[in-house]
Amino acid sequence: MNRASLLEKMPVAITAVVLITMTVAAGLHFPNFLTLRVLTNLLADNAFLGVVAVGLTFVILTGGIDLSVGSMVGLSSIAVAKLMAGGHMHPLLAMAVPIVGGAVLGASQGFLIAKYKLPPFLVTLAGLFLCRGIALKISLESLQIDHPFFNVLTGWSFALPGKAALTAPAVSLIVVVAFGIWLARQTAYGRAVYAIGGNQPSARLMGLPVDRTLIVTYGISGLCAALGGVLFAVYTSSGNAISGTGLELDAIAAVVIGGTLLSGGYGSVVGTLLGIGILGVVQTAITFQGTLSSWWTKIVIGILLLVFMLIQRTIESVARRAQNA
Amino acid sequence: MTSILELKGIGKRFPGVVALDGVDFDLRAGEVHALMGENGAGKSTLIKTMTGVYEPTAGHILVEGNPISFRSPDEAVRHGVSTVYQEVNLVPNLSVMENILLGREPKGPFGIKWRGVKERAEKAVRRLGLDVDVRTPLGSLSIAVQQLVAIARALDVSARVLVLDEPTSSLDAGEVEALFEVVRRLRDEGMGIIFVSHFLDQVYAISDRITVLRNGQKVGTWMAKDLLKIELVSQMIGRDASALVRTESIAQAASSGEAIISAKSVGRRGSVSDVSFEIKPGETLGFAGLLGSGRTEVLRLIYGIDHSDSGTLIFDGKSVSKVRPRDSIHRGIGFLSEDRKAEGIFPELSIRENMLILYQVKQGWFRRIPLLKQKQLAKDLAEKLKVQPPDVERSIQQLSGGNQQKALLARWLAVEPRLLLLDEPTRGIDVGAKFEIMSLVESLRQSGSSFVFVSSELSEVVKTCTQVVVMRDRKAVGTLVGADITEESIVEAIAS
Repeated sequence: MNRASLLEKMPVAITAVVLITMTVAAGLHFPNFLTLRVLTNLLADNAFLGVVAVGLTFVILTGGIDLSVGSMVGLSSIAVAKLMAGGHMHPLLAMAVPIVGGAVLGASQGFLIAKYKLPPFLVTLAGLFLCRGIALKISLESLQIDHPFFNVLTGWSFALPGKAALTAPAVSLIVVVAFGIWLARQTAYGRAVYAIGGNQPSARLMGLPVDRTLIVTYGISGLCAALGGVLFAVYTSSGNAISGTGLELDAIAAVVIGGTLLSGGYGSVVGTLLGIGILGVVQTAITFQGTLSSWWTKIVIGILLLVFMLIQRTIESVARRAQNA
Repeated sequence: MTSILELKGIGKRFPGVVALDGVDFDLRAGEVHALMGENGAGKSTLIKTMTGVYEPTAGHILVEGNPISFRSPDEAVRHGVSTVYQEVNLVPNLSVMENILLGREPKGPFGIKWRGVKERAEKAVRRLGLDVDVRTPLGSLSIAVQQLVAIARALDVSARVLVLDEPTSSLDAGEVEALFEVVRRLRDEGMGIIFVSHFLDQVYAISDRITVLRNGQKVGTWMAKDLLKIELVSQMIGRDASALVRTESIAQAASSGEAIISAKSVGRRGSVSDVSFEIKPGETLGFAGLLGSGRTEVLRLIYGIDHSDSGTLIFDGKSVSKVRPRDSIHRGIGFLSEDRKAEGIFPELSIRENMLILYQVKQGWFRRIPLLKQKQLAKDLAEKLKVQPPDVERSIQQLSGGNQQKALLARWLAVEPRLLLLDEPTRGIDVGAKFEIMSLVESLRQSGSSFVFVSSELSEVVKTCTQVVVMRDRKAVGTLVGADITEESIVEAIAS
């Protein structure tokens, strides 16, 4: 491997090192931290955020942004509850409808962005308000879900040694991450996403289907966000219109800490998983500590974000110098 | 010999403009055919009609004798017509192999077969005699290599026609030679190559035939060996080109008076070192040297974009420690950057606004210049510099490169600088505009203005400069004055 491609992999490597260091440090400080059970809990607690962040990774790789994902989580979680409670729909159908709807909503945002060259920030900001508004229109109150099939899903888990267990949301996260990695690395679609993030006009002149790729990308982000909402409903056995408020920002933080550049073109789904890991470890460590309030999580994440941005900028300038040398 | 690509009576109209009018063109297998003309002559439009970007409004295109109409670049590529543009249209963040095969990757049951991608890309770069690890990210390679990668991509689709649109404008001499070697090899394999360039020497070095366009019409096609260079230029500009040679007045110019600026072994760590010179009123100082020899860096020190950390800079007899661009403007020193797009034009503004922005700065931000006066000023400037079209209310983006350059020159002339630093003012613009800019510089010099003139084309340096500082490896290695300035003496100083 040559120097240039090494530099490109630096951000992810740094994220991995930070994650390992933090985990080991927490393990030394708190007994019982380094157990399989803590890991599976971490996956279960962050499954919906992780799924949302994987979808968002593709959007950010194209150089765009999707602010609507948090509201989409709220909308989809309340929709699942409402369709089952009010609509008496079978849980499978009640979960499928919001997921398909999320993909369609996301794709229509992508359509506006690709065909009318509208700024992603504003289009998805409109989406943010729209989704949250519709969610609150459906129900202001949190709706409990009580259905035999759904309860099975909520209670299901895959037992592992050491009292650890993978819940349905945790398994979903693993599947989504694996699929995301494959999509980004092994498909023409995935490579087009990177190419668009690198230089959109060039990608067009190279004959890549730029518009279609953008529409699919925002569709994937919408789909992942809606799936996140469904997982949230499974996780809490309820639907809530205000769930996922501000989640888009957590997801952006995870993606950026995971080494994906906001300007697009560089990054990976693996990185995003590591980013989620870092957020999760910070949260878990603060819970283990016991006396610190949970707001400390936000403070630590803020500091981490700043540090990672500085690291990325340094790497960029070193890379540029290597290039000019 | 057979024609692989034939254009018959091609016409292209845009609202209000006839860009091409009945142009015939043919390309044979195994030849390099240069397409020449000033900016605005219709070269780009013609290229775009044969590569599927535009659809012609008249005439037809034949590929190997069969009439064909391209509706998109994709379709042209499928018919074997590939294009490599001036600015490398690839993505910097992906590897060389991906850039060659993006959108055409070999696939297996689990998606892209990376082994297949690598093998095919390696074959493609080897064909061009390029020695590069195909896994390297494209952005970390030099522009020259990126250009070859772009050609490799074009060739991967078994192209029969390769269009090279200004491929050499950012390459140095060695890189150009390497590119030409590849072009010759492809030509010998029987490919037809269309070559567009502003560099006359390069056109003669590589072309078999030359077609000249002027004002959207074909002037003629010649065998390159039968067309004298001066004749070619005359055909392109439509008038006698002998006015372009160095005049006696430049060779004999002698200046007296106080130096506007003098530099004594000025340098900056990591940039340039040991540069000394003196500029008096009525002098044009040239910096000559290879690309990357430190010419631009010196101008940036003089103007104050970068700051020197050794030696002394003296303005009007006073030693100055730290120069800033704002001070320079107030001292009457101007700077025209070589990067017209990034450091020159404000693309969203009109020609008038672009021309008068410095004038406004000099007047003070809060002093309103009445619109009528602005219009008059801009109109006078446009006339003086022969900006085409002369409508100053248009967006500056609608101007050709040469006319944008004239508008930027007008921006400085509006504030009447005593010394104007010109960094590659003639790069990427057509012969006619070059000629006009050079004659303007000369006539202003005769009336007492001073210039610093940087150009990669030695003939231009020789034609315009009263003294020349030769740069090599980021150091000044010699100064030539008056009659000693010849292309040979400069080359000798660079090489010695």
